[in-house]
Amino acid sequence: MFGYYLDMAWRSLKRTPVLTGLMVLAIGLGIGASMTMLTVLHVMTDDPMPGRSAQLYTPHLDPLPLNHKQGGDSPDASANLTWPDAMALLQSHRATRQAAMAGGTLLVHPAQPGQQPFYVDGRYTTADFFTMFGVPFQRGGGWRATDDAASAHVVVLAASLARKLFGSADAVGRMVQLGDNDYRVLGVVDDWAPKPMFYADATAKHYSDADLFFLPLSVAVDKDLQLNGNQSSWSKEALGKHSGSMSWLQFWMQLDTSAQVSAYRQYLVDYSAQQKALGRFQRPPTNAKLYTLMGWLAHQNLVPNDVRLQLWLALGFLFVCMLNIVALLLAKFLRRGGEISVRRALGARQRDIFVQLGIESALIGMAGGALGVLIAQLGLWSIRQRPDDYAHLAQMDGAMLLGTLALAVVASVLAGLLPAWRACRVAPALQLKTM
Amino acid sequence: MQIRPILSTLSHHKLTAVLLTLQVAFTCAIVCNVVFMVANRINRISVPTGIAENELSAIVSVGIEKGENAQARHAADLAALRAIPGVKSAAATSYSLPLNQSEDSSGICPSKQALDRAIQLNSIEGSGCVQPSDYDGTPGLLGTLGLRLVEGRDFQPDEYVSTGKPAVAIVTRALAQHLYPGKQALGQSMYDGDNYIRVVGIVDTLLRPNLRQPGVDGDSLIWPKLPGDSYVTYVLRSAPQDRQRVLAAARDALLKANPNRVINPKSTQTYAQIRAAYFQRDTTMIGLLVASALGLLFVTALGIAGLANFWVQQRTRTIGIRRAIGATRGDILRYFQAENFLIVGAGVVVGVLLAIGLNLLLMTHYELPRLPLWYLPIGALVLWALGQLSVLSPALRAAAVPPVVATRSV
Repeated sequence: MFGYYLDMAWRSLKRTPVLTGLMVLAIGLGIGASMTMLTVLHVMTDDPMPGRSAQLYTPHLDPLPLNHKQGGDSPDASANLTWPDAMALLQSHRATRQAAMAGGTLLVHPAQPGQQPFYVDGRYTTADFFTMFGVPFQRGGGWRATDDAASAHVVVLAASLARKLFGSADAVGRMVQLGDNDYRVLGVVDDWAPKPMFYADATAKHYSDADLFFLPLSVAVDKDLQLNGNQSSWSKEALGKHSGSMSWLQFWMQLDTSAQVSAYRQYLVDYSAQQKALGRFQRPPTNAKLYTLMGWLAHQNLVPNDVRLQLWLALGFLFVCMLNIVALLLAKFLRRGGEISVRRALGARQRDIFVQLGIESALIGMAGGALGVLIAQLGLWSIRQRPDDYAHLAQMDGAMLLGTLALAVVASVLAGLLPAWRACRVAPALQLKTM
Repeated sequence: MQIRPILSTLSHHKLTAVLLTLQVAFTCAIVCNVVFMVANRINRISVPTGIAENELSAIVSVGIEKGENAQARHAADLAALRAIPGVKSAAATSYSLPLNQSEDSSGICPSKQALDRAIQLNSIEGSGCVQPSDYDGTPGLLGTLGLRLVEGRDFQPDEYVSTGKPAVAIVTRALAQHLYPGKQALGQSMYDGDNYIRVVGIVDTLLRPNLRQPGVDGDSLIWPKLPGDSYVTYVLRSAPQDRQRVLAAARDALLKANPNRVINPKSTQTYAQIRAAYFQRDTTMIGLLVASALGLLFVTALGIAGLANFWVQQRTRTIGIRRAIGATRGDILRYFQAENFLIVGAGVVVGVLLAIGLNLLLMTHYELPRLPLWYLPIGALVLWALGQLSVLSPALRAAAVPPVVATRSV
């Protein structure tokens, strides 16, 4: 029966090519616009660490004085940690793995003659960073906690920087001058940049930045190396990286069990209470929070309002397109009252008519979906041409591709429901009489 | 023209007519709001900066030589830059330019009393103090940027400082009004918590490096302070057609004067590029909004035309009969036009209400201002015109149906 219905649907569509074309075009445009924006939103809210994100947490303390007022334009001063707090958490070793970190920019002096010095962005961090985030090493490895303690002049390079500096030769063991100091290369990592770069602070370009070097945090503090993130302070006293009233560090940890998680939550509150008793903190200790990775990304709200607005616009567009198709299908199906009546008189049940018309709508949906995929590809291509931070990510994966087709078919079958239901309810006798 | 027969025909196609009406209504609602958003964005991206935008270029140089005297370096660099053919003038500033997103900002008060008030309130709001964006630069900055001095004078050579706070400043007209509302700002002494700073000049407009709210975007303050860092921005003024050439020549001249520096090609830009980069998201958004509004109107026009076409086919016999009993071609044409007018009219009435509702929704979620009411009648007229245009071809086809059709069986 299905083959027969398909054949009938095909004949019916062929009889009104212009109308069919209109419907396919309308659904194609609506689906194309919606899928373009859904894909952008999908890649922007994707899990940056699949398989690991569920175990990754970031703590949040509130060391701000009671009378501190958050300026409307300035970033949240308590979003990052101060040096004393980060070190206290690090040294408590209460998580399976933990690392403190901050972004930095350094001038690279290539050893090869003729190469101009250039600035690169990287990260100052502690030993667990590499194992906790599963950073893939091409050669060598990360440093140990003892290197952190000794402020060892060691560095891990990203493959692209290593290639730029040393060509195809093995970089491990070589020396590289960053800023005013020389560092020994311990390892080379594959170009690794989670999207979004969840561990960077609010000023980072979360979708396009990448770390090209990794240095021990203790060295950055010792040598007072340049930071590139937010440094918010709330006191006029001596500032500097050691200050207890300047926040600039990010902190991530791995907690494997829910018992560990609740114990850590309690620890953060206890720590805040202790600091309050010492007079360093003024606000309630219960302000301390522990975010999961995805929870932190949701809290940071990385998706620009514009992108959300664009999605709503695209969905509104799809809705109007669907209204259009419902009206056209209704007109088309109702006009076939005669044909339907003959089929009914010959013994077809209402259900059969309904299925037949439903298949016809689905056929339009398939064609519209195919057109929609093309239009979405065009839309994504045009987004990739834009200089936006996230633009280069706008690619459709297999799941989104299938989703597009599915959405198109579902949308058109839904659009066909009302017309098909109306059409299968025509009274055969009345129609036959007027034929 | 009789409305009754049209209404009675439409009542046979109630559901279809209602659907088309809804489509027109939603199109009207969305398009009105989209056009309003486009207007807002265009308004935002056309904000004047107060500088000679199409004659300016900027190049950032970062000296990497240890122990270098930065200010001597800047003076030598400026001399080299001014020697480039086509450069009308050049000046150095630390890093701030309107809309270049590198900002330095600190609070300043019209008087000491105002500062005390701010301390008491623990907030700058309501104290009379404001938070302008700071600009600094070498002598000649005003002329190079093309700022228009409306009161007072430019800095005198002895007023420039290398370190510490200068004793005088030039403010924008907007900042002058915010600091001293209703008073003459020229000659007043502002207070920054440590020093009094006399206002010696007022420029017409100088936009901030980062926009905040429309009311305070023009609050800028220029210090007679020489850039003292190895990171410096050189501003070059030339004829618009010379900008690219001048930038390339400036890069070569700087590297020739001293190769121990980093010049990032990304921060070697004409001012037009700096401005475009600032508003890049807005221009993307404008493009998308316009495309979606056109798409919506297109789909709706197709829908109207498609349905009208269908109805004409369906009613060929009826039309033939009407022609046979005396209706003119014009009558038939007008019949379809009137039918469309009614459907679109109903859609527009609903659409206007929906547009207001949608605007209220957008106001709460996306900080959109209130939709001016005059958008609504214009939106309605556009949709009416669109409806009439799309129905014209099917209606003409209907009018061409010969009366003899009535005698044939369909």
